[in-house]
Amino acid sequence: MAMSFEWPWQYRFPPFFTLQPNVDTRQKQLAAWCSLVLSFCRLHKQSSMTVMEAQESPLFNNVKLQRKLPVESIQIVLEELRKKGNLEWLDKSKSSFLIMWRRPEEWGKLIYQWVSRSGQNNSVFTLYELTNGEDTEDEEFHGLDEATLLRALQALQQEHKAEIITVSDGRGVKFF
Amino acid sequence: MDRFVWTSGLLEINETLVIQQRGVRIYDGEEKECCMAILLSQIVFIEEQAAGIGKSAKIVVHLHPAPPNKEPGPFQSSKNSYVKLSFKEHGQIEAFEDLSKLMIKAKEMVELSKSIANKIKDKQGNITEDETIRFKSYLLSMGIANPVTRETYGSGTQYHMQLAKQLAGILQAPLEERGGIMSLTEVYCLVNRARGMELLSPEDLVNACKMLEALKLPLRLRVFDSGVMVIELQSHKEEEMVASALETVSEKGSLTSEEFAKLVGMSVLLAKERLLLAEKMGHLCRDDSVEGLRFYPNLFMTQS
Repeated sequence: MAMSFEWPWQYRFPPFFTLQPNVDTRQKQLAAWCSLVLSFCRLHKQSSMTVMEAQESPLFNNVKLQRKLPVESIQIVLEELRKKGNLEWLDKSKSSFLIMWRRPEEWGKLIYQWVSRSGQNNSVFTLYELTNGEDTEDEEFHGLDEATLLRALQALQQEHKAEIITVSDGRGVKFF
Repeated sequence: MDRFVWTSGLLEINETLVIQQRGVRIYDGEEKECCMAILLSQIVFIEEQAAGIGKSAKIVVHLHPAPPNKEPGPFQSSKNSYVKLSFKEHGQIEAFEDLSKLMIKAKEMVELSKSIANKIKDKQGNITEDETIRFKSYLLSMGIANPVTRETYGSGTQYHMQLAKQLAGILQAPLEERGGIMSLTEVYCLVNRARGMELLSPEDLVNACKMLEALKLPLRLRVFDSGVMVIELQSHKEEEMVASALETVSEKGSLTSEEFAKLVGMSVLLAKERLLLAEKMGHLCRDDSVEGLRFYPNLFMTQS
């Protein structure tokens, strides 16, 4: 699974796994971590994770280098991602999270663009059709996980561009 | 209490003052000038009795029975085998706990001894040699041989100013030998070793060093973020040394404080401060693991 994934140069740099005390250095470090988490999860099609999984995952644990990012620092990276809109905690105890390599608003925009382009405003879709239908095969959002899709549609709903509705066997969406 | 004997209060020929406690007085009736003594050989052991509610702190002195050929004293016989000394304001205990109060009392003693010494001078010719000896032994018994150097220059800032100037003289060469920078502990050892007698207290050293810059002397005191204090030559630029530290670290890939100290020929303490300063300035970053603390060039900033 991790075969084709290209680790960034920081991953082989031991200081990457120590939270830097210098504020400017830390900013760069955290930015690199956020970017790494998102590209890792994107490639592995991982949309959710627990903190425990994260600790042991090669993402935060470089076995060859014999360095792992301590859990307190992992929490700081996750908080950065949350602030940026790429992460959402799935429980109060902050033990598992949803990770979205694109923010829900960005997905919403892409979906709506496709809808408009294909002249399908005022159409109704099931959620399944959107992410797994033939028509969307070439689209980036094809294969998107349901949790992220829902949040993307909720973002559109806020902008009055869509409405989430119930259809015969689940949920669907109407676009305006 | 029959162990006491009357005495003049002065030291006998083969006696020396070991320790003195002021604030305790015995009056013979209304007469202040009286003294009672218990020979040390009479004492079995001494214990402290803590103060209680409505009770002062006491020292209990347990005694052997009086020898039959004892000198005359205030009592012929006693059924007790111990005496208790009671202290107002916990005298003994507090005085040692509060060194600054002791300093004030010491100052009083110095003043008193000065005035007695002056009285001796004034009465020269009117005072017998015998009385002079008695006065001098009073001074000795108060525990003051000579006023300390501090007194010559006065205490406080004037003294520290003089000291600062002296330090500038002593430290110039050693600093140059050590690359322009020394930790304050190194300075303390060096200076006190040179002085031999009249050692400097750490407080006096720090206070004098604080004045170096103000007095426009060629050295200065610097305090790092960690709290470590150093003396630097004014000409020394630690920030420039950081640039060369970066070069050294880059050459070796990464270094610990100990490795860096060895390479450059510095103490580990100062080596660490230099590396920390380099980190603060953004030139280095750290790798902190079970293997220890290592410093690397800050690639986060230099690489894309």
